[in-house]
Amino acid sequence: MPFSEETLARLKADAAEITGRYPKARSALLPLLYLVQSEEGYVSPQGIRFCAEVLGITDTEVRGVATFYTMYKHEPAAEYQVGVCTNTTCAIMGGDQIYEELAGHVAGPEAGAHDGAGGDGHHDIKSPDGKVAVERLECNAACDYAPVIMVNWEFFDNQTPASAKQLVDDLRAGADVTPTRGPSRLCTWKQANRILAGFGDGQAADGPSAGPASLVGLKLAKERGWKAPEPSGGTAK
Amino acid sequence: MTDTLTPVLTANWDQPDSFTRAGYERTGGYTAIRTALAMEPDGVIKTVKDSVLRGRGGAGFPTGLKWGFIPQGDGKPHYLTVNADESEPGTCKDIPLMMANPHVLIEGIIITCFAIRAGHAFIYVRGEVLHVIRRLQLAVAEAYEAGYLGTDILGSGFDLDVVVHAGAGAYICGEETALLTSLEGYRGLPRNRPPFPAVEGLYACPTVINNVESISSVPSIISNGPDWFSGLGSEKSNGYGIFSLSGHVKNPGQYEAPLGITLRELIDLAGGMLRPGHQLKFWTPGGSSTPLLTHEHLDVPLDFEGVGAAGSMLGTRALQLFDDTTCVLRAALRWTEFYQHESCGKCTPCREGTYWLTHMIQRLENGQGTEEDLDKLNDIGANIIGRAFCALGDAAPAPIMSAIQYFRDEIIAHQKNGGCMFDPKASTAWAGN
Repeated sequence: MPFSEETLARLKADAAEITGRYPKARSALLPLLYLVQSEEGYVSPQGIRFCAEVLGITDTEVRGVATFYTMYKHEPAAEYQVGVCTNTTCAIMGGDQIYEELAGHVAGPEAGAHDGAGGDGHHDIKSPDGKVAVERLECNAACDYAPVIMVNWEFFDNQTPASAKQLVDDLRAGADVTPTRGPSRLCTWKQANRILAGFGDGQAADGPSAGPASLVGLKLAKERGWKAPEPSGGTAK
Repeated sequence: MTDTLTPVLTANWDQPDSFTRAGYERTGGYTAIRTALAMEPDGVIKTVKDSVLRGRGGAGFPTGLKWGFIPQGDGKPHYLTVNADESEPGTCKDIPLMMANPHVLIEGIIITCFAIRAGHAFIYVRGEVLHVIRRLQLAVAEAYEAGYLGTDILGSGFDLDVVVHAGAGAYICGEETALLTSLEGYRGLPRNRPPFPAVEGLYACPTVINNVESISSVPSIISNGPDWFSGLGSEKSNGYGIFSLSGHVKNPGQYEAPLGITLRELIDLAGGMLRPGHQLKFWTPGGSSTPLLTHEHLDVPLDFEGVGAAGSMLGTRALQLFDDTTCVLRAALRWTEFYQHESCGKCTPCREGTYWLTHMIQRLENGQGTEEDLDKLNDIGANIIGRAFCALGDAAPAPIMSAIQYFRDEIIAHQKNGGCMFDPKASTAWAGN
């Protein structure tokens, strides 16, 4: 189904702002794909068409790029995409167990055998209500908070199987959920993609400057009076 | 005598507003740009050269030297691209840095662009970190408001635009030429070198690509002088760096210290290993691409030369620690699966090699491998290294080849045991002692 005229006008205005950021318009393709994903929850054929028209390239050229990157979905995503890191450190610290238990929990007893630790596991497991999808993630640069879960690309640090199941239950029940290091209230998948397209949501000042693990070294240095040395003739900056 | 820990980039992270312009300026932020803009651009390059800052993204190439490769007076636009695609397994320093202190990166970008005569900079940040992206977007907007970005910055006549660009989930885009291809709006495939990005980078124009921590270190060098920086650290690895501890250690997290600190010291600072009675078994000095080390290497100086002499690489100082509850084969398998998943497929050694490595390690882990498989794995690894198109392929065999080097008997024992003899539950964060 093509975009309505009203939607199209809005998307075109956003697209013009995006292409305007770059010396060459083609550089705008990744954010444009986020823009269409923020509209529909995934990169649909009409989303691809839209990007191609904006940049004056073919649908195939757009599709070739969209399929290279894992953050673009090719079927409608859930409202909350729950990613469990199962790269080595998180996996060993318990990420494998979290994924196993969560996949079963979300799919429900009615579902067939879910994808266990042995499978490729790079596809989503959706809850029957379609609200939540669980997937495996590669390292998300939060190893000092292992095991880590990302929901719509927000950090949920130091998870356990029980906390992960509670998190998913809360999301499905529509309860307010707060990331460990992030905004006061989790945004939806579509809203997250709009931020990735470069349009802020005014929530940057929410949440802590840094989480506890980020601060361990600084805290210790302060306790022990350790500092970077003074430069000759002044105070270190 | 320098203190054991030397917070510079991390020094303000405990302030509730450290990520705002006001918070950054209160702790001395945005004074280095005034110093730099009053200098000649070549003088800024010389200062960074004299500090002997070496790239903090893993390879350790001298930053000032890289800047010096940009041809001047060539009539072409110049670009700075900040590699904020932090995706190397175990690496978790740039993400908290940009979340807590994005303005130090912006200030470093302004100084760098002034030095290399670039009018446009891009922060290529991995997409999977929404709150970091928000903080970067806010920091850029605040810098424009304050007149630190835009036209005629602080009356210097220097113009600069900065764009925050979110990647879309591809480890390969941390490789600098793949990053440029991706930033131009294509699939993130690496490019042939030469030509090097300093000559033909973004849009075939001279381009500097630097890691977040490298660029963020620049304001401190300008403010405190190159001698201050080079006086820190060890003889050939100057300055400070963020060391990231993760895994089986009591207090994982970020420790900013002069280069050359040892893992023994860091573990001590981190309160020891996670569980009493369980010893350190293996660790990565700088992410999964750096060959594993063991408890024998606890006193290796964590600098470029020290770790190199021990047969690995300093990399990104991503210290992932695993105790004796952990199966080394399970760890190596997972990393190898990662490289297979992230291989872009452009070159045969990496595309095919990572596939075969994964399948053979899987077979060993299941207890169906043979001792000859270890020789075959080493052979495949040796045929990827040096023959792959980019560093992803060169790194892919590191986990399994180093695992075989140090834990041959344990790997072979899987066959006799008919499978893995370790209980994965015993190595979790919530396992008892």
